[in-house]
Amino acid sequence: MIAESGHYALVLAFGLALIQSTVPILGARWRDFSLMNVARSTAVAQLIFVAASFAALIALHVSSDFSVINVVENSHSMKPLIYKITGVWGNHEGSMLLWVSILALFGGLVAIFGNNLPISLRAHALAVQAWIASAFYLFILMTSNPFLRIANPPIEGQDLNPVLQDIGLAVHPPMLYLGYVGFSISFSFAIAALLEGRIDAAWARWVRPWTLVAWIFLTLGIAMGSYWAYYELGWGGWWFWDPVENASLMPWLAGTALLHSLVVMEKRNALKVWTILLSILAFSLSLLGTFLVRSGVLTSVHAFANDPRRGVFILLILCVFIGGSLSLYILRASSLKQGGLFAPISREGALVLNNLLLTTACATVFVGTLYPLALEVMTGEKISVGAPFFNLTFGPLFVPLLVAVPFGPLLAWKRGDLLGAAQRLIAAGIAALFVMAVVWAWTRGGSTFAPIAIGLALFVIVGAVIDIAERIGLFRLPAGLALRRARGLPRSAWGTMFAHAGVGIALIGIVCETSWNSENIRTMRPGDVTNIAGYGLKLENLTPHQGSNYREMAANFSVLVDGRVIATMSPSKRNFTTRSGASTTEAALLSRGASQLYISLGDIAADGSIAVRIYHKPLVLLIWLGPVFMAFGGILSLSDRRLRVGAPKPAKSMRGLQAAE
Amino acid sequence: MTRKQRRLTIIGGSLFVLAVAAALVLNAMRDSIVFFSTPKMVAEKHIQPGKRFRLGGLVQPGSLVRGDNLIVRFEVGDGSAALPVSYQGILPDLFREGQGVVAEGALDASGVFKADTVLAKHDENYMPKDVADALKKQGLWKEEYGGPSKGGNTAARAVQGEQGAVR
Repeated sequence: MIAESGHYALVLAFGLALIQSTVPILGARWRDFSLMNVARSTAVAQLIFVAASFAALIALHVSSDFSVINVVENSHSMKPLIYKITGVWGNHEGSMLLWVSILALFGGLVAIFGNNLPISLRAHALAVQAWIASAFYLFILMTSNPFLRIANPPIEGQDLNPVLQDIGLAVHPPMLYLGYVGFSISFSFAIAALLEGRIDAAWARWVRPWTLVAWIFLTLGIAMGSYWAYYELGWGGWWFWDPVENASLMPWLAGTALLHSLVVMEKRNALKVWTILLSILAFSLSLLGTFLVRSGVLTSVHAFANDPRRGVFILLILCVFIGGSLSLYILRASSLKQGGLFAPISREGALVLNNLLLTTACATVFVGTLYPLALEVMTGEKISVGAPFFNLTFGPLFVPLLVAVPFGPLLAWKRGDLLGAAQRLIAAGIAALFVMAVVWAWTRGGSTFAPIAIGLALFVIVGAVIDIAERIGLFRLPAGLALRRARGLPRSAWGTMFAHAGVGIALIGIVCETSWNSENIRTMRPGDVTNIAGYGLKLENLTPHQGSNYREMAANFSVLVDGRVIATMSPSKRNFTTRSGASTTEAALLSRGASQLYISLGDIAADGSIAVRIYHKPLVLLIWLGPVFMAFGGILSLSDRRLRVGAPKPAKSMRGLQAAE
Repeated sequence: MTRKQRRLTIIGGSLFVLAVAAALVLNAMRDSIVFFSTPKMVAEKHIQPGKRFRLGGLVQPGSLVRGDNLIVRFEVGDGSAALPVSYQGILPDLFREGQGVVAEGALDASGVFKADTVLAKHDENYMPKDVADALKKQGLWKEEYGGPSKGGNTAARAVQGEQGAVR
């Protein structure tokens, strides 16, 4: 009964999406306000029905209803409750349902909070949103219905893939989808603007908070996924340039560029056509990511869904939406009024440089990800494009970007003073050079790359702080006045500082981890001691343990510093009895400051010795702390009064504020 | 600066960055791309020792030998040829004899493939796509590679089998 209701709710949501995708457009054409307002009510109703459908699937998983195929294939009655819930989106059908639910959520939010949008813009945007939703509802109903019943229900389910039974999985896909799908809003607004043939600075002000929300979630989602791979896959890698990871990185790069170009458009009414293109690209890359992950064209750890019909269907959606939006762009973009020009050396110029480098970097990732596929389709030859390719292309493009980051906020709008900015950044430059020299001296004989990269990262961080220090007159003015100015500074300025500093922090973590990671792989017996990076690790004993749906063998280690035990670590190897002997390795992590000790287990030999893999990863936590800083910066910027979601002030008072900056 | 000059500066700068990116990509394509081979292709192509490639195939049953210091040797075969592989380290959780595997490394002078990475399969019914395609091309594909042959719920299993065949 629950399954049928869920299915029915989904069909109703599809019907509502069809109404929402046509009626408001007709309303806008005939200038009929009641027809245009249909978009709001259908968007909200659609959200309610799809939420009911999603809740039904969760209920089926929680109650272990094994008459539904989706539950049989991905659940088990012994599975802990939390994984029964998260298992809903740990499979293809459920994750697509999550995808459309989030799409409907964003549509509903625009409908609810979009009171002060021009009514025809809102009608158009919600209609475009409904086109996307209709396509995906149809996809789910035709190829991936999660509510299908099974003729002969088995007594027990097949359980969820054990690597996915992890709390990281509970958080990673919803975050990532909130990011991916969030870009649908800027896409819909861009298409709406093209349909209306009208776009202005106010448009940027409406779109920016939505883009920012999507970007925050995508940033956290990518970081979360990276951390999950790090501790769950058991070999301490945190980024593999795997096509699925690239699929999430590409929209992030395009989205980051979009955020910056929206600033230019909002403040200076320039770069309009480019901003529209970026909005289209960011969401197109999200769709591409969905296609790569969901169609199973790639071999990767995420490919748990494989069915050619699905692949072709998503490819079709991809072609229609990307092809359609780009054609519309070509047809209509020239009719949009161009904004003013500006000097190359200016805040706008710096943001254009940022956009140029980000989109080019994004293009290299695109080539590296899709080239092997294209080559295989055309010549049948199989190649793999791995980390070396991206280190040689993505890396060099990011260096000038990072050098430029601190300059951007210090340049004035319209016409900037590069020399003045450089003078103000002297302190950052000196700090960077000093650290570079110290690191180089300390690690003499090591790579020359690491000290330079760390210097660069420090330049970015100090540069971000200097921007704020300059603005509040720190050390120049009395402390009290500086404090008051700090309080009066727009939150978006603080947001910029945190986000930019976050980039530098992540870079330090990345460089330290890749340059000075130490590794110790060996076999050990109980009582053996081995050393790594100044720590002694003693294998005390092996203890078996029975979990709810697995058996595990834990190896208990004592961590010694100067012969004193400071902690214990218990990595384990789990055997999932429920899923034909699948096993996972649960690594043990010990954080010491921002560095981590990492132990994971290999096979247990017949003589009782066990293979262990021990890593010491210096400052590795900074890799994920950086994105947390970036996201925090995004949240600060979002809370800025000027940008509060759905509450744009009338254009006039905005102009006043703008002049004050 | 006039409008025209400003515009030219921006366009020129963009073209410069794009040209640099294109050069970087082409350069990286030349040096850092790894080809995929099966043991049969290795025999036919006479791949030089020291050239990196990915080797895919099935771990020959009974060929796995574990030595000291976590050195393992096994043979990877594709039905018509087999190649000895040696690897030092911990094999992935789902490495098994008779199952598909992808290893990356290079041949040494004696014709042994020295692997520095052995790719993990993260699902028991997941066969690396390269391996599956190569096996199918040579008519060695078996339906049971597509999924575990476990009883019960045939409908679901049939779907999975089909999925395996297209991978």
